[in-house]
Amino acid sequence: MFKIVEKRKLAENIYEMKIAAERVARAALPGQFVIVRSDESSERIPLTIADYDVEAGTVTIVTQTIGHSTKKICSLEVGDFLADFAGPLGRPSEFVHMPLEELRSRKYLFVAGGVGTAPVYPQVKWLHEHGVECDVIIGAKTKGMLIYIDEMRKVGNVHIATDDGTEGFKGMVTALMKELVEGEGRKYDECVCIGPMIMMKFVCLTTLPWNMQTTVSLNALMVDGTGMCGACRVSVGGKTLFTCVDGPEFDGHKVDFDEAMRRQAMYKNQERLDNDNREHKCKCYGE
Amino acid sequence: MANKIPRVAVREQDPKVRATNFEEVCYGYNQEEALLEATRCLNCKNPRCVAACPVNIHIPDFIHHLTEGDIRAAADTIHLDSSLPSICGRVCPQESQCEGSCVLGIKGEPVAIGKLERFVGDWYLEHSNEVEAPKIEPNGKRVAIVGSGPAGLACASDLAKMGYKVDVFEALHRLGGVLSYGIPEFRLPKDRVVAREINEVKKLGVKFETDVIIGRTMTIDSLLDNEGYDAVFVGSGAGLPRFMGIEGENLNGVLSANEFLTRVNLMGAWDPAHNDTPVYVGRKVVVVGGGNVAMDAVRTAKRLGAEAVIVYRRGEAELPARKEEVHHAKEEGIEFRMLTNPTHILGTDDGWVKGINCVEMELGEPDASGRRSPVEKAGSDFTIDCDVVIMALGTSPNPLIASTTGGLNINRRGCIEANEVGATSREGVFAGGDAVTGAATVILAMGAGRKAAKAIDEYIQSK
Repeated sequence: MFKIVEKRKLAENIYEMKIAAERVARAALPGQFVIVRSDESSERIPLTIADYDVEAGTVTIVTQTIGHSTKKICSLEVGDFLADFAGPLGRPSEFVHMPLEELRSRKYLFVAGGVGTAPVYPQVKWLHEHGVECDVIIGAKTKGMLIYIDEMRKVGNVHIATDDGTEGFKGMVTALMKELVEGEGRKYDECVCIGPMIMMKFVCLTTLPWNMQTTVSLNALMVDGTGMCGACRVSVGGKTLFTCVDGPEFDGHKVDFDEAMRRQAMYKNQERLDNDNREHKCKCYGE
Repeated sequence: MANKIPRVAVREQDPKVRATNFEEVCYGYNQEEALLEATRCLNCKNPRCVAACPVNIHIPDFIHHLTEGDIRAAADTIHLDSSLPSICGRVCPQESQCEGSCVLGIKGEPVAIGKLERFVGDWYLEHSNEVEAPKIEPNGKRVAIVGSGPAGLACASDLAKMGYKVDVFEALHRLGGVLSYGIPEFRLPKDRVVAREINEVKKLGVKFETDVIIGRTMTIDSLLDNEGYDAVFVGSGAGLPRFMGIEGENLNGVLSANEFLTRVNLMGAWDPAHNDTPVYVGRKVVVVGGGNVAMDAVRTAKRLGAEAVIVYRRGEAELPARKEEVHHAKEEGIEFRMLTNPTHILGTDDGWVKGINCVEMELGEPDASGRRSPVEKAGSDFTIDCDVVIMALGTSPNPLIASTTGGLNINRRGCIEANEVGATSREGVFAGGDAVTGAATVILAMGAGRKAAKAIDEYIQSK
């Protein structure tokens, strides 16, 4: 059992929780994820780590209520317990293994979309702590859906894009990327993009003609998260890899996003049916 | 003098009924039946069954105790060599081990050794509270065990009895390894058998921790160097599923048997009223493979309401599954397509499975494994319409531990290199079970765990 020690609402349907998980906190590195199960009847849900504090022994997760399971997690309060919190899983971001000298000569552009801003944060923070300053584009539909802006400003050079122009640049993150790279002539050695699958696909299409190395973090379906089930299979450069043990970060120019999006929707119908049934029966899970 | 009666039949759930539920297929012997079956044993002077048992259980001895009605003595005899009789009695391939070499089997039916072992094991679990646990003098040494499957449980139990303080780390949220996530409830009941066997190990003072992935949450190096363990036993199993590498394998509706069984067994997807994890079977499921895992998957699919088919590239005689499972599957209405090999999987426009294309095979010359290798019949292509394809092609060990442990050698198949008592290339690190052999049996894993426990004791005492 893992205690929730802090909780705050970041935006509509998006919650941040700090979980007491000393061993995970000690082992965690940027890019990794955890498997969370809210109670004995729950699914195992993979969530990318948003922050970790070795001294406090806590790990931060950010969850958006999408289906039944994420709603269950978000309905828990400070003092409640998660049944399971296993990790850190997956390979850490490649830059943590790079010689510092080489790393400090590299220019990074981070592109974060929606709730994907949370897992970008520990990467930018880690680089900042190791003397690497990065540009960070944070995108959302509208101002109210932007998260982690203040935190990110402390560790990186933040640019904001909203679809409706209520904050920062008006338009998609890809348009703002073009503005920075083609308009202002900024040069980057690598783009790291985390967000909805469709956004990552278009960011990769944008960086391809620039020949800019692009890393994406995939949020595939998983059951165990340790390499056992293969539900998270993804085609990368024509090879089938497991997101949980080979990733979750991959060369975005090699990922078959259309297949990945299709596979992500594998249980959509059943989940929806399930939710409908529940709401029909008892209205327990309705908003 | 042995009783010359026919083998006592074992009661089973009606096939038509059981194909719609997850309750245990075989009811096992009651006391009267077990004691009667025991009288058939010839008590051979040179018992071939003992030699054929991977852990050399003193089979005629325990059966002799049964004929005298002394079930506790029978249990004590089995426990000399096996720590998990109620499990092995259910899942061992007896027909190729003890029962396969029983003298009575030459002209008639062998003694039902597996069913007798199961009876004794279950009786012991029922009555284990009646005897006080022996006082164990702690020796102050600590051993960490990676994985709570059969190898880890057996190793933990033996070390605890010798006085070691044993901590078992399990990656998943439930204990038991393959006994929990892999083997279905209808073959191995989780609460009545697996949980109770684990409880016996807990009674010895062994501490279990779930949600700890060795190689990620902690490493073996840190267990030895920072956490103060005197030795580590790795019984992390073979959990990585294989796929065929054929076209269409990433379509929606193609999954590994591991994923399918984990959803149903570990996550409880068979009981959607109480569990959130979904499972999809569609109208018709094709399971590719012929081992026990393939049988478990196809029978599970049937129980979830699908029409279920086995596709296997060799012939029926080559099926590696236990005979009893094949027999049960047929009784339950599973269709077997032997000498059939998939070539590619067909998908709908929106990427869902709609069929599997196969070719017919014929058996050629025996290959290196001694099995006759199948050869494709030219022009024999055909399609089986289906909504789900489950790949049950075997598993290999997870590379996580090998890749995060300094000085631990692995072989070409990804298995940890260990000698016959489990010592690895890294001092203080022992290994056994599927992590060393690749996917094998519960009894071999259990035996390897016990051998390693002895070797760990010798290693620590000589330090």
